[in-house]
Amino acid sequence: MSMQLIWQIFSSFFKIGAFTIGGGYAMLPVMQRDIVDRLGWLDEQEFMETIAVTQSAPGPIAVNTAILIGKQMAGLPGVIAGCLGAVLPSFLIILAIAIFFRNILNWQPALNFFAGVRPAVVALIAHVAWKMARKLIGNTASLLLFLTSLALIIFVPKLHPIFIILGSGIATVIWASSQKQQGKEA
Amino acid sequence: MWTLFFTFFKIGLFTFGGGYAMIPLMQEEIIAHNWLTLAEFLNIVAIAEMTPGPIAVNSATFIGYQLYGVGGAALATFGVVAPSLIIMVIFSHLLAKLRASKYSVALRGVAITVTALIAAAVLGLVKPAFTNYADVAIALAAFVLVAKTKISPILIILGSGLLGIVLYGYIL
Repeated sequence: MSMQLIWQIFSSFFKIGAFTIGGGYAMLPVMQRDIVDRLGWLDEQEFMETIAVTQSAPGPIAVNTAILIGKQMAGLPGVIAGCLGAVLPSFLIILAIAIFFRNILNWQPALNFFAGVRPAVVALIAHVAWKMARKLIGNTASLLLFLTSLALIIFVPKLHPIFIILGSGIATVIWASSQKQQGKEA
Repeated sequence: MWTLFFTFFKIGLFTFGGGYAMIPLMQEEIIAHNWLTLAEFLNIVAIAEMTPGPIAVNSATFIGYQLYGVGGAALATFGVVAPSLIIMVIFSHLLAKLRASKYSVALRGVAITVTALIAAAVLGLVKPAFTNYADVAIALAAFVLVAKTKISPILIILGSGLLGIVLYGYIL
């Protein structure tokens, strides 16, 4: 296993960690550009599978994703490189704030910076959703699944996403086997 | 210090879905240990929101430092990610198995549902993030730039932040 790959895993997730402002899905735009478009480690389908797994498990999604992709690319050294990369930017920044800069919440330029970033991040995440939808929704059945999932998430907020993800997987297996059945009968 | 590690291990282990889902349990644990007052805790959440990285990691680092200095920060941070390290290595095997099995088609549906989750998250973020016309303009500009040019999302994030400094500091 090459050191270069380990370094790439570390530096990619360091970059992702450093620019995940606003938590959770804010990591997606940088990750998509870096891991999917630039490095080609995952395609869109695998990228969404990865997010499904990492958000169905306990722990911060960005850290989970770094560990999962690190593991798949380079085994245990990849796990350590990904995890360190994802955690180190937060760790260093928070440490600096805790030591030198406790009143950052009263420092107006920092608040203004964040006020500018917040709407941009929403747009960037929207673009990821748009790109994934265009790539993955190819027929009526998949569009139906997308809309059903969306409706469940929005209108049944008490239903944890894990169950919607599981239900979707099971429904797809059933649908696929019924298609096969029809194929045989025809 | 063992309590610090163990508490953040527990927070990492029992909070599904990341981010904001982790805050209630964190709050309970941290207040129960008398590590911070509620006001201090909310302050840290606010700082974590506007600094990069997962909120759980940010809080762990801050509280760890508060209690035992840099070593405490490292220990609490390690505690909060340790469950992920174990669980994700197991899930990685399971995912590989599922991909190779006859049920792999399930993942095609799963990917579509995750896309719907992201879309729903965007819809939920629109209201809190868009408070005035400048916000809408920044969002539209960011979308057009990321969709139509090769400019990296990192530059767009930095640019929008600088725009925020100029706009809210000197113009509006």
